[in-house]
Amino acid sequence: MKDIKRFIAGSYDVVVIGAGHAGCEAALAAARMGKKTVMITLSLDSLAMMPCNPSIGGTGKGHIVKEIDALGGQMAFATDKAMIQFKLLNTSKGPAVHSSRAQTDKRIYHVAMKQAIEDEYNLDLVQNEATEIDVVDGKIVGINTKTGAYFETKSAILCTGTYLKGKIYMGEVVYEGGPGGLFPANELSASLIENDIVLKRFKTGTPARVHRDTIDLDKMEIQNGDPEIIPFSFMNDKVEVDQIPCHLCYTNAKTHEIIMDNLSRSPLYAGKMEGVGPRYCPSMEDKVVKFSDKPKHQVFVEPEGLDTKEMYIQGFSTSLPEEIQIAMYRTIEGMENCKIMRPAYAIEYDCIDPTQLKRSLEIKSIENLFFAGQINGSSGYEEAAGQGLVAGLNAVLKLNGKEALILDRSEAYIGVLIDDLVTKGTNEPYRMMTSRAEYRLVLRQDNADLRLTEKGYAAGLVTQERYKKFIQKKNAIDTEVSRLKKIMVTPNAQVQALFEKLKTVPLKAPMSMYELLRRPEVSYDDLKEIDKNRPEVDKVVIRQIEIQIKYEGYIKKQFKQIEQFKRMEYKNIPENIEYEEVKGLRIEAKQKLSKIRPDSLGQASRISGVSPADVNVLVIYLEQQKRMKKEDE
Amino acid sequence: MNTDTIAASATYPGMSGIGIVRVSGKNAVSIVNDIFKSKNGKKLVDLKNRMMYYGWIVDPDTDKVADEVLVVSMKAPNTFTKEDVVEINCHGGIVSVEMILNILMSKGARLAERGEFTKRAFLNGRLDLTQAEAVMDLVSSKTRNSFDLSMRQLEGRLSKEIKDIRSSLMDLTSQIEVNIDFPEYDEEEMTIENIKNISREILKRFDKLIKSADTGKIYKEGIKTLILGKPNVGKSSLMNYLLNENRAIVTEIPGTTRDTIEEFVNLAGVPLKIIDTAGIRYTDDEVEKIGVKKALDKIDEADLILMIFDASKDLEGEDIMIIKEIQNKKVIYLLNKTDLQEKIDFENFQKIKEDIIKVSIKGNKGLESIENKIKEEFLKGALDVDDDVIVSNMRHKHLLEKSKKSMEDVLESIENSLTLECLEVDIMNSLEFLGEITGESIRDDLMDKIFAEFCIGK
Repeated sequence: MKDIKRFIAGSYDVVVIGAGHAGCEAALAAARMGKKTVMITLSLDSLAMMPCNPSIGGTGKGHIVKEIDALGGQMAFATDKAMIQFKLLNTSKGPAVHSSRAQTDKRIYHVAMKQAIEDEYNLDLVQNEATEIDVVDGKIVGINTKTGAYFETKSAILCTGTYLKGKIYMGEVVYEGGPGGLFPANELSASLIENDIVLKRFKTGTPARVHRDTIDLDKMEIQNGDPEIIPFSFMNDKVEVDQIPCHLCYTNAKTHEIIMDNLSRSPLYAGKMEGVGPRYCPSMEDKVVKFSDKPKHQVFVEPEGLDTKEMYIQGFSTSLPEEIQIAMYRTIEGMENCKIMRPAYAIEYDCIDPTQLKRSLEIKSIENLFFAGQINGSSGYEEAAGQGLVAGLNAVLKLNGKEALILDRSEAYIGVLIDDLVTKGTNEPYRMMTSRAEYRLVLRQDNADLRLTEKGYAAGLVTQERYKKFIQKKNAIDTEVSRLKKIMVTPNAQVQALFEKLKTVPLKAPMSMYELLRRPEVSYDDLKEIDKNRPEVDKVVIRQIEIQIKYEGYIKKQFKQIEQFKRMEYKNIPENIEYEEVKGLRIEAKQKLSKIRPDSLGQASRISGVSPADVNVLVIYLEQQKRMKKEDE
Repeated sequence: MNTDTIAASATYPGMSGIGIVRVSGKNAVSIVNDIFKSKNGKKLVDLKNRMMYYGWIVDPDTDKVADEVLVVSMKAPNTFTKEDVVEINCHGGIVSVEMILNILMSKGARLAERGEFTKRAFLNGRLDLTQAEAVMDLVSSKTRNSFDLSMRQLEGRLSKEIKDIRSSLMDLTSQIEVNIDFPEYDEEEMTIENIKNISREILKRFDKLIKSADTGKIYKEGIKTLILGKPNVGKSSLMNYLLNENRAIVTEIPGTTRDTIEEFVNLAGVPLKIIDTAGIRYTDDEVEKIGVKKALDKIDEADLILMIFDASKDLEGEDIMIIKEIQNKKVIYLLNKTDLQEKIDFENFQKIKEDIIKVSIKGNKGLESIENKIKEEFLKGALDVDDDVIVSNMRHKHLLEKSKKSMEDVLESIENSLTLECLEVDIMNSLEFLGEITGESIRDDLMDKIFAEFCIGK
């Protein structure tokens, strides 16, 4: 900043730039772990804003929210507060792919998160625009802002979302802007480039919002929430809310005709946009062009909140001009007279090539500088929040001289997410899907607490209260499982009668209660009448026990795979390795390894362009180095 | 890292009188113990360390004797790999080594990768530091293109079928994944009943494939090599040369070989079944006609054709007829009798002219280039013939079997009422094993497929 007078606005342990879903988790984690933290945001009113769909969770994403919760994050609490509808997806399939999704009131979500942040003792919240990162001797030392306020810091976390050089596209209309009508952040990119950080250009989009009174919901299919609401947070035993329905409608031939007639006015098809968009979030013009054989596409109408009449038109994002949008939307049955309150738009923004990051989310080239969320090429609130939490945690662990918390692919979806981003990079905004996880059967929503609470506790983020509650649950499971293993059921008349009723094979020899529960047609509750001394056991505990028993064969299969995976995953590669010097590595492998600098043989093996033979060479090389060191000593 | 037990042939298969199969790892002794029947009736585990014992390798599943052997077990750490090592001395030749390896693998050993014994020896501290680079060279040399190489070594039909099965599995998997990850979209639901039917279909194809991938076959039967040409161009002379003995009658009278003659020959590790045929010409002789017909019939089943032309004669109608008959086959063209005045003109067959190998079989000229060309055709550049072919073929077969087993697990789990995402674990495993043959990754391909073929996303 040339002309503006700089002043020292404070000295912090951690500065978080951006107050979106990544920024909020990062700042809260850092502050809760005792670090003096400041969060800088362009607008306090847009803190934890949901500029796209009014929902949290869904396949793969619900898993991430539960993981954030188990590690001591905030997202699940805010979601439970803002929830206006709940659905458990995939209930016809097994528990591993059950995914929670909430429709949320956006304003309540914002308020809930803002309150949590304002209440946090160690956390300052300021409205400003970060313009420069100040790097001295390869280390972050401060952050400059538009007003001249300079924040001295030991560590910084960049969570800039889609604001960096944001550009809005609506047909021929193109202007600089951030999401949801906000300003873009135009200066920080240059500072990143100056510090040799490689940037990419991605795009995403959002549909229009229409006024509820101008649409006829009765002409659409109603989509109600589930009768039973399962809270997102482990700490909440129940959520009580009058659920609001969503509605389903469809595009038709007329809609498609309008799109085809006006395709030349789409900036994407006219070739005006350089950003790469996500394949799982196609604009309606993409759907119509790519799947021209489909006569109709689904469109969901979702409320943006309780005290607003804005409705989010899910599935109908577009970058066609506003005029065409109105015509398109009005072709839909029930929306013939709809009035658009906010038009749909596409947004293009700068993000970094995430392969520049370590798995702790610290950038390799600058010490104590972390990145989280959409700036890393991801997409989605949940993906952002998961990274924010990990970045916040690791920023603190690093300052404390502790080892980074790295979740591996067998431990958490967050681990899969970060490993994919930093090891393979991404060519489009990255969305989590359960099919990205190799060990899906063990990465369930129902055991997120069992998988991660202890890790969060060890890192210092999980509260005593949560930890105590967790231990209670864990003990309850263990106690009941060992009881079930001990109790033998003998083939008597009462038992056989019950078995006949359950349509399960009669008992020939005594069998433990535990063994019996392996039978698909036998549930825990079914056995109550022949289990005389059954203690009072919590529903959640019973559910966990049933899943563990019924899934056991497959869980064992996965554990075997995980065991193999871990053997390579925890063979560390020293940080100072010079790949150029490793003879026998192919040139491509040398280049890729030098760029990614994997921290384990397992990670190395996942880099595209590194063959099993290259990994073998590395194994020998590492052994050679180890022995040479020993000989030197 | 090395917790599994590996096995491989320690000798050059097919080249020596004795074959040695080496087994190394934690379970080396117990695995061999299960398949070795000693003459004195004692179990291998009860026999002395470092002593050689006489007996038989018996497949415990069929009780069939695979070979008569001498077995020695050597306890860690004083072995080459510093692990428990068992060596099985059997008869030379590929068949016996391969049968023993197959049995070992069915009992839990894994086929060693190239250089893996040496790699273990180094990692376990057996080799000193100065040898590290040599070990790195060893593990990186051949394996680097192993996927390409082994896929190329697969017969075209086989690799196509593997790819077809893979693509059916990918269809199945992507449909299931779309159902799981995008449950609310209008995409067809993959029902359990559907999965069952598709899995059964795929299992049938696996069965057929595994039968045809039987690695022993190629070595027991050889690469079917057909010698073709007009009468008296030197077909039988070539065969005799390849056999190094006079089996077929060689005369100056056209039509001497009136039927087909088959011989087995091991050409520097490449096993050939050479079929000499009657000379092909337009004839009225009924007996000879049958011979010509038989020769032409053989073209279909041949893996390789050696087509001989007579340099001293013009290109004739019969030559052109044969060229047309074999245009879709793998052919090596030979121009014989180049010691005589050259009359032949390949004006209309430039490709043949360029590729043809000039020889004089009688004059013993250019014969080595025939051998080299044959080796080249089948090993595609791996000219120093070694155990790559047998190893990769065996590996393929075992991977196919594992892949098939995973699909059987799918059916079993359906019987046990397990849900979609469990079945998907087995389907994925099946795909992973196929991927080890084809060298293709699954997750990335799967994502591409899902987005290319399904209209999903908000």
